[in-house]
Amino acid sequence: MLRASLLAALLLMPLATAGRAQGTSAGTPVSYTVVDDAIPRPLTASPGDASRGRAIVANRSVGLCLLCHSGPIPEERFQGTLAPSLGGAGTRWSVAQLRLRIVDGSRLNPDTIMPPYYRTTGLVRVARAFEGKTILTAEQIEDVVAYLATLKEQ
Amino acid sequence: MKVSRSKSQSPLTLPERMRWRPALALLPVVFAASFAMAQAGADKSASDTRRSGYQDMGAALQKMQDDDTANPGMLYVQLGEQLWAKPAGAASKACADCHSVADMKGVAARYPAIPENSDRPIDLEGRIQLCRASHQQAERLAPESRDLLSLAAFVARQSRGLPIAPPDDARLAPFRSEGEAIYRRRQGQLNLSCAICHDDNAGKKLAGVTIPQAHPTGYPIYRLEWQALGSLKRRLRNCLVGIRAEAYPYEAVDYVALEVFLMGRAKGMPFEAPGVRP
Ligand code: HEC
Ligand code: HEC
Ligand code: HEC
Repeated sequence: MLRASLLAALLLMPLATAGRAQGTSAGTPVSYTVVDDAIPRPLTASPGDASRGRAIVANRSVGLCLLCHSGPIPEERFQGTLAPSLGGAGTRWSVAQLRLRIVDGSRLNPDTIMPPYYRTTGLVRVARAFEGKTILTAEQIEDVVAYLATLKEQ
Repeated sequence: MKVSRSKSQSPLTLPERMRWRPALALLPVVFAASFAMAQAGADKSASDTRRSGYQDMGAALQKMQDDDTANPGMLYVQLGEQLWAKPAGAASKACADCHSVADMKGVAARYPAIPENSDRPIDLEGRIQLCRASHQQAERLAPESRDLLSLAAFVARQSRGLPIAPPDDARLAPFRSEGEAIYRRRQGQLNLSCAICHDDNAGKKLAGVTIPQAHPTGYPIYRLEWQALGSLKRRLRNCLVGIRAEAYPYEAVDYVALEVFLMGRAKGMPFEAPGVRP
């Protein structure tokens, strides 16, 4: 009895989470080049879309940004206090600098708690449904960067 | 954490859930009339900055926990009391045939502990399963099943208000270290450790939720998000799933190691089961 239900739970769990993960994860990440504290070249051929980027940032299970950050997204009442406000990010940083901060902030600050959104290596015990997948796709990273670049006010 | 919010199945059957309605409907009345039970017990020195998750909750939830007629966990305690007296298994023995309720005082505040003839710690649910298997010759109860949680809640209730007091057993040390290593290790797709949230950022808001210090003071707890009682393991699994780490299987020793570490970290804090959490 117990065996059977445990087995069922183990089998069902990855399937359930895999369903959720779809669309937010990529295959093998495209390669990129870091120059100083930035990634000058976009990860995709077509430019990012700021309004899609805003939706990603606002979505707590896609971008996850507002778990930690606050930002000028008033319809999301519950915002985090673990990280600085995203307001003014487009003034503080260039697009290329923003790109590296989202792709893998640990290259700038090894102790950062900000998740590496475009890295699949050096991670421990990743849930099966997310194994080998980046948190955001290259397209989503470009969308988010395009949105952050519009945030000029503090 | 919000990432993993799932309206999970309640282990209660329908008629039982309906019995809750009157109790819940009474809440406002009870709130008005009740006085919060003092957070009894432990002598805390001024330099002790540890906080139970209880202290991070609003007054309404604190009152719900403190008032036995409002705390939904008490319905499980009552059910546990019935199961305690009921013969079970091939041995047809009841818990009450071998234990007095008074014997259970302080037990939950002490677990996990290493049972006789073993060298590995088990938690309270594991201890109950052991008595079922070896003393009642009864089938194991499923993890998070209503009966197991109810028995655990009944036993845990007997420690309410007592200081958490892990056993002075040197054999627990390696398990405590292993638990601490898990606690400090970054894991999951989000690359976070328990310590990042519960030590370094406790008191801050993760989205709308105040991050508690993760002291296991109230388990099993009635969690409003679950609409059910749940074990400490279930809570730990929620946090693992939240950071997109592979949750350990229910029977993994890793949970017990984490529990040994967390109980040691909360030593001296008052035990409050059955707790209520958002
Ligand atoms: C787990 C918490 C966490 C999450 C989730 C998170 N961040 Fe961060 N982020 C931080 C912290 C903390 C910093 C501060 C710098 C540091 O510690 O590296 C930071 C820094 C930043 C910065 C540079 C800070 C500045 O001066 O403007 C940007 C931009 C940023 N994050 C954007 C994002 C975006 C966009 C997302 C979602 C796609 C996100 N973050 C998700 C924690 C987080
Ligand atoms: C046939 C007798 C018997 C029955 C029936 C029995 N137990 Fe036990 N139980 C024991 C013995 C013997 C121990 C070990 C005592 C010790 O280690 O000090 C024990 C230990 C325990 C402990 C740990 C006590 C401590 O101080 O560490 C708990 C909790 C417990 N039992 C709960 C239960 C529950 C709940 C039930 C019913 C589901 C139950 N027992 C049924 C004999 C029994
Ligand atoms: C991203 C931050 C984060 C990480 C990482 C995290 N947790 Fe949590 N944890 C939370 C939040 C937020 C809550 C409270 C949730 C609520 O009340 O809705 C919580 C609750 C808890 C509680 C319940 C406390 C109580 O008062 O009942 C325990 C215990 C706990 N976590 C342990 C852990 C352990 C062990 C780990 C590592 C395996 C871990 N957490 C990782 C954010 C986190």
